[in-house]
Amino acid sequence: MPSSLLWAVDVYGRVYTLSTAGQCWELCKDAHLEFKRLTSVQQCCWGIAGDHQVYLYVHSSDVPIRYQEETYENQRWNPVDRFCEKLLPSDRWQWSDVTGLKHQPLDSFRLPSEHWEWEADWYVDENIDGEPTEKGGWTYAIDFPATYTKDKKWNSCVRRRRWIRYRRYKSRDTWAKIPSQDDGPLPDPFSDISAGGWEITDEPRGRLSLWAVSLQGKMWYREGIHHHNPEGSMWTEVTTPGEVVQISCGPSDLVWAVLWEGQLLVREGISRENPKGSSWVVVDSPSTEVGAIHVAVGINVVWAVTKDRKVWFRRGINSHNPCGTGWIGMVGEMVMVNVGLNDQVWGISCEDRAVYIRQGVTSSELSGKTWRAIAVARDDDRSRSGSANSLASAGCFFSGEVRVQSQSSVMNDAESSSETERSQAAQSTSLTHADAMKRRIPKVTSDSFISELVSDKERKPDRDGRDGQTPSIQEDGAPQEQASADQETSVELLPQSSGQQGARDPKWSNVDLEEAQPPLPAAASDTTETSSLSSVATYNLGMEEQYGVDEHPLWAWVSGGGCAMDSHTHLNWFSASTGVSSSVQSMSLSITPAQTAAWRKQIFEQLSERSKREMENFKHYEQAIEQSVWVKKGNMQWWRDWKPNKWIDVRFALEQFSGTDGNRDGILFIYYTFNDEKKYLHAFINEITVLVPVLNDTKHTFAIYTPERTKQRWPIWLTAATEQEMHDWLALLNLSCCDSRGIHGAPCKQAIWSTTCKGDIYVCEPAPNLEAVPYPLPCDQMFWRQIGGHLRLVESNSLGIVWGIGYDHTAWVYTGGYGGGFSQGLGSSTDNIHTQTDVKSVYIYENQRWNPVTGYSSRGLPTDRYMWSDVSGLQECTKASTKPPSPQWTWVSDWCIDYNTSGGTDREGWQYAADFPATYHGYKTMKDFVRRRRWARKCKITTTGPWLEVPPIALWDLTILPCSSQSSVEEVSLWGISNKGDVLCRIGVTQQSPAGTSWLHVGTDQPFKSISIGGGYQVWAIARDGSTFYRGSVSAQNPAGDCWYHIPSPPRQKLKQVSVGRTSVYVVDENSNLWYRQGLTPSYPQGSSWEHISNNVRRVSVGPLDQVWIIADKVQGSHSLSCGTVCHRVGVQPMEPKGQSWDYGIGGGWEHITIRGNSQEAPRIVMPVPAENTLEKKGRVAEEGGEGGGRTASISSVLCIKEEELNGNAVSC
Amino acid sequence: MADDKDVLRDVWFGRIPTSFTLYQDEITEREADPYYLLLPRVSYLTLVTDKVKKHFQKVMKQEDMGEMWLEYEGTPLKWHYPIGLLFDLHASNTALPWNITVHFKNFPEKDLLHCTSNYVIEAHFMSCIKEADVLKHKGQVINEMQKKDHKQLWMGLQNDKFDQFWAINRKLMEYSVEEGGFRYIPFRIYQTTSDRPFIQKLFRPVTAEGQTHTLGDLLKEMFSAAVTPNDGEKKYQVVIHGIEPVLETPLQWLSEHLSYPDNFLHIIVIPMPTD
Repeated sequence: MPSSLLWAVDVYGRVYTLSTAGQCWELCKDAHLEFKRLTSVQQCCWGIAGDHQVYLYVHSSDVPIRYQEETYENQRWNPVDRFCEKLLPSDRWQWSDVTGLKHQPLDSFRLPSEHWEWEADWYVDENIDGEPTEKGGWTYAIDFPATYTKDKKWNSCVRRRRWIRYRRYKSRDTWAKIPSQDDGPLPDPFSDISAGGWEITDEPRGRLSLWAVSLQGKMWYREGIHHHNPEGSMWTEVTTPGEVVQISCGPSDLVWAVLWEGQLLVREGISRENPKGSSWVVVDSPSTEVGAIHVAVGINVVWAVTKDRKVWFRRGINSHNPCGTGWIGMVGEMVMVNVGLNDQVWGISCEDRAVYIRQGVTSSELSGKTWRAIAVARDDDRSRSGSANSLASAGCFFSGEVRVQSQSSVMNDAESSSETERSQAAQSTSLTHADAMKRRIPKVTSDSFISELVSDKERKPDRDGRDGQTPSIQEDGAPQEQASADQETSVELLPQSSGQQGARDPKWSNVDLEEAQPPLPAAASDTTETSSLSSVATYNLGMEEQYGVDEHPLWAWVSGGGCAMDSHTHLNWFSASTGVSSSVQSMSLSITPAQTAAWRKQIFEQLSERSKREMENFKHYEQAIEQSVWVKKGNMQWWRDWKPNKWIDVRFALEQFSGTDGNRDGILFIYYTFNDEKKYLHAFINEITVLVPVLNDTKHTFAIYTPERTKQRWPIWLTAATEQEMHDWLALLNLSCCDSRGIHGAPCKQAIWSTTCKGDIYVCEPAPNLEAVPYPLPCDQMFWRQIGGHLRLVESNSLGIVWGIGYDHTAWVYTGGYGGGFSQGLGSSTDNIHTQTDVKSVYIYENQRWNPVTGYSSRGLPTDRYMWSDVSGLQECTKASTKPPSPQWTWVSDWCIDYNTSGGTDREGWQYAADFPATYHGYKTMKDFVRRRRWARKCKITTTGPWLEVPPIALWDLTILPCSSQSSVEEVSLWGISNKGDVLCRIGVTQQSPAGTSWLHVGTDQPFKSISIGGGYQVWAIARDGSTFYRGSVSAQNPAGDCWYHIPSPPRQKLKQVSVGRTSVYVVDENSNLWYRQGLTPSYPQGSSWEHISNNVRRVSVGPLDQVWIIADKVQGSHSLSCGTVCHRVGVQPMEPKGQSWDYGIGGGWEHITIRGNSQEAPRIVMPVPAENTLEKKGRVAEEGGEGGGRTASISSVLCIKEEELNGNAVSC
Repeated sequence: MADDKDVLRDVWFGRIPTSFTLYQDEITEREADPYYLLLPRVSYLTLVTDKVKKHFQKVMKQEDMGEMWLEYEGTPLKWHYPIGLLFDLHASNTALPWNITVHFKNFPEKDLLHCTSNYVIEAHFMSCIKEADVLKHKGQVINEMQKKDHKQLWMGLQNDKFDQFWAINRKLMEYSVEEGGFRYIPFRIYQTTSDRPFIQKLFRPVTAEGQTHTLGDLLKEMFSAAVTPNDGEKKYQVVIHGIEPVLETPLQWLSEHLSYPDNFLHIIVIPMPTD
């Protein structure tokens, strides 16, 4: 999980963030503003600053926020001028939007705010529906409005072309002020703000609901916030039944607010179509005596705080009942609470103003168990004390405090100038005035509780007099004294503190404090009870720069809306380490690896020396223990080979012994009874090619493949009694298989990687003769071993750089380890194994049939499918009965309607059709008698594997430069496509740091979905609309290239995936055809035309030798068992890059393969034997498949027949 | 870079070339040739010397053969110590092969335990493992195992099956990351210069402050003379499995990787050879 941030404001208005991976509060990068309120989501944070204006902080990212502006240029033909800008009076504008109704010339486009900049000038879009147009980008039609085509016909009277220009949001990692509104009612200064609602709908992408409350108690909603428009467009008022003081908006459809009188408001009617909701319901305060002052909502929870600081939890909240049923009083007194992601809860305690986290909040126990204080230091504390120490010891007097002072002196200047400005009484919302306002505010957040706190104290700060000068003088003088006192003390204490964490010992700072301010009595004790008091006293004196540091920070506000964690997340937030001691820790950590290397290296060396000394000269001695056979037995169930297939009880045994060559070998026995006769089945361990766990929710099954069984598409299926037993057997068998083949340790750099449809990862050490011509190693003899982790795809190259993408689009980089997952212990490396998580959705369908009485209802015909079913309709799948795919998965969300089903849906997610099964469309017609809608529920797997996350950008596809293993490429080209479709180029990828450093965004006019780079830096990519592009001028020196060339697709085909080898370019289209690019030359790398190679291809991977491997949709044998089979193109040679036929390997159920790591050229053997032999054999395999497949012969033969044609002479056998 | 797993293999497959010679006073029918064997360092003498016994049986009368016992340069060898430990303790820095004298008479009742069958070795081995696990996990891991797992540990050792043994033993080597190691490190420190058989005390792998303890920390506390002072001359060798790990080696790592199959870290402290 990538690290994410918890945001908080201290009582001085300074904004800090705490990373889930971090151990200290970091001061916000843009620290010149003081804030009162924050509301954070994952991509940004909104805040109300001291000037009561709204600011937005968008995290920087390698992918820019770009907005595409477009306008159309329209022309009409006339006999005199030909096509020209003279249009008929009835025509549209010469420059218009796509509808033609709105006049928009190029110069009418303005940047929406000062936070945007133009990327480049306007240019013509030359792409229409994935097809390149003629030069100029014109599309033609008979008249406006009509269907436009790219071809000019005799009757084309009008034409138009599209101009586009990008603007880019530039104010990232900084607080950007939301410009005040020009038209409409102008909101008065804001006092509270809350963002959420991103789970209501993802249309448009990154949409947010932002609610705000003004000082007068009015409520406002920010319209139009989404990814491409982070600032939103305008405020609209939302009427409320009373004056509102505070509001909270959850990630989904919960919105609660607090009224001035202490009751609570609940928003109803929030939906996809109406994220603002429609009406309010009033809920009484939890306590009859005291009103509520604060509320915080999540997805399924509501927490509230009453005026007496008591915390309350609302019972019975769910999506049908946003109001809940009743209040439960909770332990602890809080100033405020905040609900973040996964309904996790944060609070600020009344007592010590520390940030607390609610522990033990799970979906089954939403109220959690206990409050736990976050005890980490702030980074500025550390730097201050740290630099004070170092500089003081170096004899430098002014040290780290200089920075602070110069800041305050700047402030003083500003304050005096603001004085003059104020006298001018410039009453406007001008920026300067706002700044002045901001600077005038005392460094106190004006939250009710703080002002209360302040007013409780006897000594009121003289700032209340609104005189800017007094405190500034104080600030000017005092800190210097402070600083010097500070230095002196630390100098004195240095010798003492050098041993341990003495420097941060609270005592000395208190001493210091007493020296500076003798009358202060509160200073002394360092217990938590009094610390808040003493700190408050300090603060009253306006000395916070000095004293705020000493005790733990005092917090005013916390927001966890962007903090991705749950009750299982491991956090380093609770070690009560102070600044110095934690830095000591990190120091010692940084030293450890070096030490580690030294002692470990010595042990390795000594052990091998010992073995040499004690054993080398005595090899002729007899071994004391004779090697014997070791048998492990167990009981299992076996899916028997003959019909009727069923599970039968069997005895299972593995016999291991030492082979003649020293490798250990073994035999598997399956003892069963058939017709009262005892029989057995056996398999040699060294023949096993792959072990596949087929865990589902009822059976703990695994499959054992041998070359023979791979051909038959019928493995040995065995079921163990428990999951643990299955894992034990798999680990043992895996180890035996590897032992018998002499495979140890991590896969080699040339390894072939693949993934299955279950997300399991397999790796194969390529034999040198894998690509031999004419006798390659048959594909079904390749040995695959499992590597821990869960991934959708893996890409590699021969330098050992391996990346993967999970089902949740997280990018992972391979660490060089092996094992993980089920193979604990010996089958796993000790280092380089990390926790990995993945999330995917499980889908079920709700089916309905129309009848004249009730309309659509869940009462189907007797012949109909289940009213709740899987996609095929054959399996009944209800919400209650559907389980996660296997016990390794747990639900992490509720069932919700999926609106993104292919074919489109109506507003309620329904798709219509004439009957089941049929093609569905997203609108109802007269002929539609049935409808269905898809429900999705997310589940999560947590496993281990040799993978490390590459945050933060989620990926859709990726490709790594294929090269030879001896290649001296310094920086390896790696391109990716984000799950939003952005094309990205990774910077800094080397063998030493395969994760690279950052992404470089490569601009495109549309989202992309597939990309591949060839050995000569040829980058090919496919856009989501199916069009193909070639990236020009990519080289080692110019890793991102310079421009895209649009390549026409094969006729009537939308392309899906591309793979580029050394020179060959292959693509797969959406109808599963494989195409080869003809006519590629160094001078014309785009090539000339597409040549059809095969059908039934799901994915292709072309390697550094131009070898071609695919995942086939179906081959010989039954479709369900061969769907997703690894196939190898045989006969590929430099002069024959298209090869001759397919050789079938492991499958079905395989999803992805990459052979881009294998650059081993086969040893050249010149044989007099004609090449037909191999081809004959392949042909025969295919034919056998056709016969054996029986009922599926017609399907599977499609590929086979194809091959026979290509083989030519193979048909004769 | 070698993997930590390779250390386990190296430790397991350590062999000591040994020559067995019959004691001169034993009565034989004809002269007995010495017998040569590669002894597994991690095993026990009586478990792997059946062949030796059979070899000398051929030259002796049945009635002259009492319980076999072994001796090296006058010291009776305790069968209940692992072989590697015996070798390192008594015969480090000597020429190979290791010359062991075989006796069939005058069993030294004071020095040695009787070993009538392999069950005795198994009982001793299992009790060591249990003791170690009590130190490491309050005995929880070993007690949660099934009988057949216990058997697998023993069979693995008896038949020299590394995989078989480690498939179970890895569970005994697990610990929670938060604690940073075992509860206590099961270790024994042996020395030839003392009458005490060995030193064994409670010692944690990490300090109260969370710092990892090293081999040096352990020795400082248990046998400070073994730690060479900064300026001093090295007087002692600290040997585990025939090697001298540097004193900075973390104790937890040693316990996981250089323990004998009985799960104890047997540490030998011997005086530096004089030559």
